[in-house]
Amino acid sequence: MRYLPLTSDDRQAMLGKIGVRHVDDLFKDIPGEFLNPEIDLPRHKTELEVERHLSRMASKNTAAGSVPFFVGAGAYKHHVPATVDHIIQRGEFLTAYTPYQPEIAQGTLQYIFEFQTQIAQLTGMDVANASMYDGSTATAEAVMMARRVTRKKRAVIAGCVHPHYRAVVETTTQYTDDEVVALDAQPADAQAELQAAIDAIDETTSCVVFQNPGVCGNVLDLTPLAEKAHANKALLIVVVTEVMSLGLITSPGEMGADIVVGEAQSIGNGLNFGGPYLGMFATNQKYVRQMPGRLCGETVDSDGTRGFVLTLSTREQHIRREKATSNICTNSGLCSLAFTIHMSLLGEKGLRKLSKLNHKKAVDVKNAVAAVDGVEVLSSSFFNEFAVKLPKNAADVVEKLASDGVLAGVPFSRLDPNAGHDDVLLIAATETVTDGDIEELVSALKGAVA
Amino acid sequence: MLKFTEDHEWMLVEGDTVTVGITDHAQEALGDIVFVELPEVGATFEKGDDAAVVESVKAASEVYAPIAGEIVAVNEDLEGEPGTVNSAPMDGGWFFKMKPADMSEVEAAMDEAAYKEFLAGLE
Amino acid sequence: MSMNNQGRPTAATDVKTPVEMFESFSGHKGLRLAEPLIYELGNTQTTGVDIEDFDDFDMEIAGLERTAEIGCAGLAEPDVVRHYTRLSRLNYGIDMGVFPLGSCTMKHNPRLNEKMARLPGIGDIHPLQPQSTVQGALELMEELSHWLMTITNMPAVALSPKAGAHGELCGVMAIRAALEARGDAREVILCPESAHGTNPATAAFCGYKVKSIPGKNNGRVDVEALKEALDDTVAAVMITNPNTCGLFEQEVREIADAVHAAGAFFYCDGANFNAIMGKACPGDLGVDAMHFNLHKTFSTPHGGGGPGSGPVVLSDALKDFAPLPYVVKEADGNLKLHEWKDGEGDKSLGRLTAFHGQMGMYVRALSYMLSHGGDGLKQASEDAVLNANYILASLEDVMSASYEGPCMHEALFDDRFLKDTGVTTLDFAKAMIDEGYHPMTMYFPLVVHGAMLVEPTETESKFNLDQFIRSMRGLAEAAKAGETKRFEGAPYYAPRKRLDETQAARKPVLRYTPPSA
Repeated sequence: MRYLPLTSDDRQAMLGKIGVRHVDDLFKDIPGEFLNPEIDLPRHKTELEVERHLSRMASKNTAAGSVPFFVGAGAYKHHVPATVDHIIQRGEFLTAYTPYQPEIAQGTLQYIFEFQTQIAQLTGMDVANASMYDGSTATAEAVMMARRVTRKKRAVIAGCVHPHYRAVVETTTQYTDDEVVALDAQPADAQAELQAAIDAIDETTSCVVFQNPGVCGNVLDLTPLAEKAHANKALLIVVVTEVMSLGLITSPGEMGADIVVGEAQSIGNGLNFGGPYLGMFATNQKYVRQMPGRLCGETVDSDGTRGFVLTLSTREQHIRREKATSNICTNSGLCSLAFTIHMSLLGEKGLRKLSKLNHKKAVDVKNAVAAVDGVEVLSSSFFNEFAVKLPKNAADVVEKLASDGVLAGVPFSRLDPNAGHDDVLLIAATETVTDGDIEELVSALKGAVA
Repeated sequence: MLKFTEDHEWMLVEGDTVTVGITDHAQEALGDIVFVELPEVGATFEKGDDAAVVESVKAASEVYAPIAGEIVAVNEDLEGEPGTVNSAPMDGGWFFKMKPADMSEVEAAMDEAAYKEFLAGLE
Repeated sequence: MSMNNQGRPTAATDVKTPVEMFESFSGHKGLRLAEPLIYELGNTQTTGVDIEDFDDFDMEIAGLERTAEIGCAGLAEPDVVRHYTRLSRLNYGIDMGVFPLGSCTMKHNPRLNEKMARLPGIGDIHPLQPQSTVQGALELMEELSHWLMTITNMPAVALSPKAGAHGELCGVMAIRAALEARGDAREVILCPESAHGTNPATAAFCGYKVKSIPGKNNGRVDVEALKEALDDTVAAVMITNPNTCGLFEQEVREIADAVHAAGAFFYCDGANFNAIMGKACPGDLGVDAMHFNLHKTFSTPHGGGGPGSGPVVLSDALKDFAPLPYVVKEADGNLKLHEWKDGEGDKSLGRLTAFHGQMGMYVRALSYMLSHGGDGLKQASEDAVLNANYILASLEDVMSASYEGPCMHEALFDDRFLKDTGVTTLDFAKAMIDEGYHPMTMYFPLVVHGAMLVEPTETESKFNLDQFIRSMRGLAEAAKAGETKRFEGAPYYAPRKRLDETQAARKPVLRYTPPSA
């Protein structure tokens, strides 16, 4: 087997050194009746055989890059520069462990420090952690953090929050002290969604969770929500499922957010069928010690040279055990490296332009789609994704378009089949969309809704 | 009157207030203290409740209310200079002052000699 | 006579100055390059990406354009490549040498797995595109599930948890959901004192009190104490097997039977599954739930701290409570994701992550398993255990082994052999860095003093192990011989000397701030 270096002579020599005759003598602690069970699995394969086997499965899927592609709802198809994938595959990054030995992990630690800075800047917050599993789990962690900070437990989830995120918060907090109040989605009226969130805050509220841009695309000024939350000593948690939007739209920090969480996959990371992704988590300085997840901090070594270490680890499970802020003990290391490299390639100038280009493409697609008979645009404002109402069931239309070779978007019913918005379709457009793609979408859509 | 608990906390009685801190042995065991979380003035505790948290680089510990009572003052200096707990655990490194619900609880605690004997027993 | 007739010196002149005696003008030390932050190299107006030009247009963002400076620094592509390449060289990875980090299973990461994860039909598919266009992806998830269930002899698996701790959360939530369905969630979870920190953290997260179970002198759970603690308030027992001391819990079946007799569930932390692939099945041992760490056992890269993946196998008693989504086969043979609860009768504990889990890790793990086959996985475990025992046998005369062997896939030592040397476990670990190795896990498990947990994995050759053993013996003998200088300031040869963690924690600096601010 190509990954196992020991030869049978090695094995014999080593068994001799240990002083046993057979390798099963080393497994004597496993009761004999359970040792070496019959296991019906295929035998080992060559590299070529494995490649054939998996390529056959892969070929049954429609890759996003191979068709006109408008699917979003929390995961976005962007162009990732070749440099990113080259660097993250360097063995010193790919095959390193969590940087618990800082003297030989400065590469990892320094990019985490850069990543934390980039996320803090993008979200408009003081500090960010080294990343979480994804945007949805980061949102659940934020809700629990708000409970610890405010010592209150009623969390309000606005109707514009991605239904999967809402579901993750509900699942994750079902056995904790949190009490989750989820408001209804109103795809046709973003202001009403905002007002409902404002009205739902009272003095027992720990936090209000609001997504901006909302799942149906709308971009809102959250200042009134922040004011109501703060007047009630509640925290405003802003969810951003498209990190690219932060290059164009006023940051959550500037609008009064106390915690910003979300999905940062769009920068540096591919679609990967939903994971691994990159959860971001940022907050203000005064809440740092209540923050979950790993943190990297600056310090010096015994020569006085600047260096970086993981810090404030007493918040974490390996020390606090059952009193930890979270049971989390990992971050999305390599995904955050990909983000950091892509972000360093973009710089502020590149990010702003790319972000605006995303919006431009979405405006173009919206104008083209709005001209199709029977299609009504619901979003009054948007970044790179907007909602339309179709004269037919949106899931059926999407299937029809898929058979025409166009991946048209996400039917709202895929996100939440019980919300009663079966005619709503979310359409996303990034820099990868061409004029030709738009023409194909419109022509296929005309046929499907006619 | 200076008293000690088996959780390595000390109590200094002055009039009707009791100042609470952690012992030299405790600070030594924790290592470099980096953070102290203090209770709110006015909070009331039963004996044994978690009243404060003390953290070093690699360890963390609750500081228990050694007696039942109300918090009347906290050592806010520790928030900026947690290292004082290491350098002066029995002095500038105090955590909080309590008004005891029942002074006899304090009196029942170990005196210095008894605590030293207790420590020796841990070796 | 040719043009090239200029000889030049090839040997150093008689050097008396030790290398570290002077500072270079650049701050670099030859190949040890000092590298500033991206913020100190770049600026907000430089970019390394060419983006399509476009005309101005009417924006539809409700007038909320971001005007204030963001501050993110950029560089042209060559400088970005150089910056991160230089940073990479400050790291140690498995690709560079033995990485004997106990409990972390740092084995070789085959590059075939990376290649497979980057196939466009795997890496470039969206989690919410129509399911008719991702049948191959769902087939891959099904095949991975088959392997995971077969190698454990368990009837169900939940793939979606994002990491080991997330898998634990999933397992304990399933236990709680099953107990609530029976009408009583119970109150307590029992964990041995040698448990990973995540175990009690997870139990608390699910609303359970944690009760610690003592160990015995032989490094195993005290089964009598466990039985005594079992009553009708106990929801579950969480045990790592092989345990964190690197030992197999011989009485595991007896533990499982006692747990079940008390109406409780048996959660197994599968962090150490690398020792028993093909050698024993958790399903035969009475386990109700066990998470895998795909990044340990099945070689998906650790990536400097993630991403991980933590699928959980579940027993018949728990499988109905598995989280959403999962793959089901329809009557027409098509595969479908079950994404939302099917009415009140659906007992699923709910959704744990926005999409379907770590597909990128699934494909790597499956690629690894297909490569090994059932026979290779078993051989891998045997070699992992053999390597650990070889280290134990080769070092136990100079270091203090905590328990009598044989061990499983990791060898546990403590600091008794350093008594009165003035050298601590930390010093010893840092001295290993100077020897060119990543240190072993230190100070864990907590049940032995100054723990040193060595896990070589099966992907080390005998030659590599012999070299490693030579260094370890050398260090142990040096410590006993009073050569403390080698230890007290170690590492001397790393990119940094020991870092001041106290300063980092007392006055946290968690981001770059421009000097003017």
